[in-house]
Amino acid sequence: MTGTGERPTDEHALAAAAARVLKFTLDGRELTARPGQSVGAALTDAGVRSWRHTRRGGRPRGLFCGIGICYDCLITADGVPNLRACLLPVVDGMRLTTSAPAKTPPAYDALAR
Amino acid sequence: MSGQHSSAAEQTVFDVAVVGAGPAGLGAAAAAARAGVRVVLIDAGHQLGGQYWRHPDESTTDPTRLAGYRDWGEFLALRERILRHCQTGAAVHLASTHVWFVEPPAAGGGRQSWTLHLMPGGPPSRETPPRTVCAERLILCPGAYDRQLPIPGWDLPGVMAAGGVQALLKGHHTLSGRRAVVAGTGPFLLPVAQQLARHGVDVLAVCEANGLARWMRHMPVVARTPAKVSEAATYARSLARARIPYRTATVLTRVDPDASGTQVGAVELARVGPGGLVEKARQRLEVDLVALGWGFTPSLELINAVGAQTRIDADQSLVAVVDDDQQSTVPGVFIAGEATGVGGAMLALAGGELAGIVAAEAGHLERARVRALRREIGRLRAFAAAMHDAHPVPARWPQWLTAETLVCRCEEVAYATLGNAITELGANDARTLKLLTRCAMGWCQGHVCGYASASLAAGGQGRALTADDLRPLAKQFPCAPVPLAHLAGE
Amino acid sequence: MQAPGSNGRSAAAPRGADVVVIGAGAVGAACAYFLASKGFAVHVLERGGVAAGSSSAGEGNVLVSDKVAGYELDLALYSRATWSEELAEYADRWEFEAKGGLVVAASAAAGRALLELAAGQRQRGVDARDVDPVAIGDFEPHIRAGLAAAVHYPQDAQVQPMLLTANLLKLARERGALVSTGANVVGFDLRPEAGGRRVVGVRTSQGTVSCGHVVNAGGPWAGAIAAMAGVELPIMPRRGFVLVTEPLPPTINHKVYAGEYVASTQSENLGLEVSAVVEGTQSGTVLIGSSREHVGFEAAMSLPALRAIANAAVALFPRLAGARVLRSYAGFRPYSPDHLPVIGSDARVAGLWHAGGHEGAGIGLSVGTGKLISQALAGEVTDIDLEPFSPARFAAAASASA
Repeated sequence: MTGTGERPTDEHALAAAAARVLKFTLDGRELTARPGQSVGAALTDAGVRSWRHTRRGGRPRGLFCGIGICYDCLITADGVPNLRACLLPVVDGMRLTTSAPAKTPPAYDALAR
Repeated sequence: MSGQHSSAAEQTVFDVAVVGAGPAGLGAAAAAARAGVRVVLIDAGHQLGGQYWRHPDESTTDPTRLAGYRDWGEFLALRERILRHCQTGAAVHLASTHVWFVEPPAAGGGRQSWTLHLMPGGPPSRETPPRTVCAERLILCPGAYDRQLPIPGWDLPGVMAAGGVQALLKGHHTLSGRRAVVAGTGPFLLPVAQQLARHGVDVLAVCEANGLARWMRHMPVVARTPAKVSEAATYARSLARARIPYRTATVLTRVDPDASGTQVGAVELARVGPGGLVEKARQRLEVDLVALGWGFTPSLELINAVGAQTRIDADQSLVAVVDDDQQSTVPGVFIAGEATGVGGAMLALAGGELAGIVAAEAGHLERARVRALRREIGRLRAFAAAMHDAHPVPARWPQWLTAETLVCRCEEVAYATLGNAITELGANDARTLKLLTRCAMGWCQGHVCGYASASLAAGGQGRALTADDLRPLAKQFPCAPVPLAHLAGE
Repeated sequence: MQAPGSNGRSAAAPRGADVVVIGAGAVGAACAYFLASKGFAVHVLERGGVAAGSSSAGEGNVLVSDKVAGYELDLALYSRATWSEELAEYADRWEFEAKGGLVVAASAAAGRALLELAAGQRQRGVDARDVDPVAIGDFEPHIRAGLAAAVHYPQDAQVQPMLLTANLLKLARERGALVSTGANVVGFDLRPEAGGRRVVGVRTSQGTVSCGHVVNAGGPWAGAIAAMAGVELPIMPRRGFVLVTEPLPPTINHKVYAGEYVASTQSENLGLEVSAVVEGTQSGTVLIGSSREHVGFEAAMSLPALRAIANAAVALFPRLAGARVLRSYAGFRPYSPDHLPVIGSDARVAGLWHAGGHEGAGIGLSVGTGKLISQALAGEVTDIDLEPFSPARFAAAASASA
């Protein structure tokens, strides 16, 4: 959880934070993101527009509403399925996978908090 | 927020809980805290601002240095006040937190406060987030999202909600395309086009489904809101400067894929002629981004959860019924912002502040301010009513659908399937239509297709859309997806 | 996409019918279908929409496994045969899926009770196969370890109850039936006759329909409808909740439930009873039940009930712990105090029939009930004896206890 109270206000700290480059992968392909970017924004910047296929028609889907309402942009991050790319912040070293038809139910346990 | 903070938040009974940190929620939280009561501000976003004041991550960008964000001075002032209240302990801000259930005060004795059941929405953290928060009174400010209508091909990647395109720009400076068309209805199309152009996107057209003639009958109302007039003038100037055609009475009738077949490549435009029928002539634009918006749909999960009464507004949105003090029909529950009627950020801000003052029981101390806020709300509501009248959803929107057009994106329910349920299976109301076709039963729970399917259900019976058509499609329990183990209380 | 007015859904001009069926749920639809198939002029009157009540608030159970050896089990087996023989050609319309049931028991004692139950069911004709506890995982790979016993019921099946109801009504309309939704029944026209009264018409918000017979298929509201005819029918609502998860890859193969569920269906406890019932659907969601409470028609979500359901489900399928619940719904089972449905004519009012009180089994028992009602109403010998289901039994019980 991020609270209001812990924001860095120091200009140099901000500049240093902003200058960092986050590395992540999509199906093994190496990509980069700016700190604070959502997965959806980082993939869009990288020219990736879809990262899952629908269950019935196998239609490609990516960002649609962009604000967490439509669930079109679901993605698997570090093994956890069905996360909304538009809300999920990129973390350095994050491994994203596009929707490969799952043979067994994924590790939903990882989600239980 | 420290771990101690969290457990303290769980044990405190707050005077006021504000849900949502957009203009209404910030206005409410700041006003209530100013009145000296204990406030908890719960928000799904990871930083203050909501959709309207979405901005880059504050760990990398100092919000006080941002330019080009609307009403930014208002936001910075509110943010500053809330930060100060959080530092003094008068207020607690729970970010990245979803409310999944609202438990009413126990009837006849027992716990007299509301209990909000919470789900952390952000990345896992070291801290233990509170599972519940209790408060005597609630101010619900859940905001709204773009209303959508299906169009053939609208599920191709590269077709986005106008608000989503804007969110990427405002929050991440990310461009969702290079050659764009912005379409739908309402004034919100203008800032989206303006911001895209400012970021270097080639905006080929803004397609407004309605003509502008209907505004003429609302001139007295418009004259009383000069800020809106100058806002419109600003947009007109920047569209003209960027040479973006503003096409009235024009709709998108189809979206086609590019050569790869996996994303948008072109759109087809048509003029809306007499009787609301689209004309035969089509124009084709090659684009890689389509931004769509047909006004807004208020988020009603929390309003339904507390059992507050709803009504259909002039724009055919289901909204909460509130009185002159922003009180809902449920004692102790106040509602502000778009959920009480779509009307924009300044109306939300005023409603939020009023709700904050009254919920903090400070109305008698701030009589002049309350009067001023009510006047402001009345003025802005009148403007909103004019706007809704001038920019209705075209009554004959289904004319551009094909049998295969998906109405429900989640469950991939085609228009023909809905038609069959209506004509063959006796689905003569929205709930039956939903349960027979799975339309609006998928991941988004009808947020995207709810308006369209309710209006098809009503149209199937040859009657106008009513609140009873929309209600079955408004989401019920849980207010946000909740893992089974979390629900179980583990 | 205008609905045609020809199918009688809008207020049809009042007219006569041989049989009025009150209630367009699964049971009413099945009655309408079988009656219309026999050539009766049928008019279905429904206050809300198609399947608006209990039929849209369950899981679509077609079960033989949850019935103890007795009359209800006989009805379940009869109904099951109706599904797969007489109605086989329509199976796809209502997503009939013979997925089979798996009933499990955690403790040794519950395991013994389960195997005993299964033995009794087998004698009555149920295909019940004891499962070696070490082989339970072959049936359900994600079920918890260490279960004491399990029984596999290949006859257990599932249907989509809304599609079932709507399609049965469609088939009935094709056989001449009228279906009026939005027609709220407000009373009966009764005519005195030798030895009592006879129903000759049904008054609704859309006018009066004269008729020779009335089938009360009002589900949990059947008691209120009976009261309009001046007779008492002790059917009460018993609330249940269902949780629906996000769409998952295939996770659960059968309808899986804990053996305690059978005890729960047979219980007269008025408080909250919860037992895990878990199954996948063709849309990928997992349906999770079940709870039973007598709280009238109170539909508000109850956190204690939902928590208990979630706990029981996670205990049975630990893998579901992180699966997100997207929605939940409440429904009201038509509860009959002796756990037997009420099927047959009411001796107190000539022409009045009841088809209800199936509690949580109404979807599965609907087609058998409808077929039997059509036979009885036609004056034929019914395929199974309706005496145990007769409404008269309550009067007998009342006079015995008085």
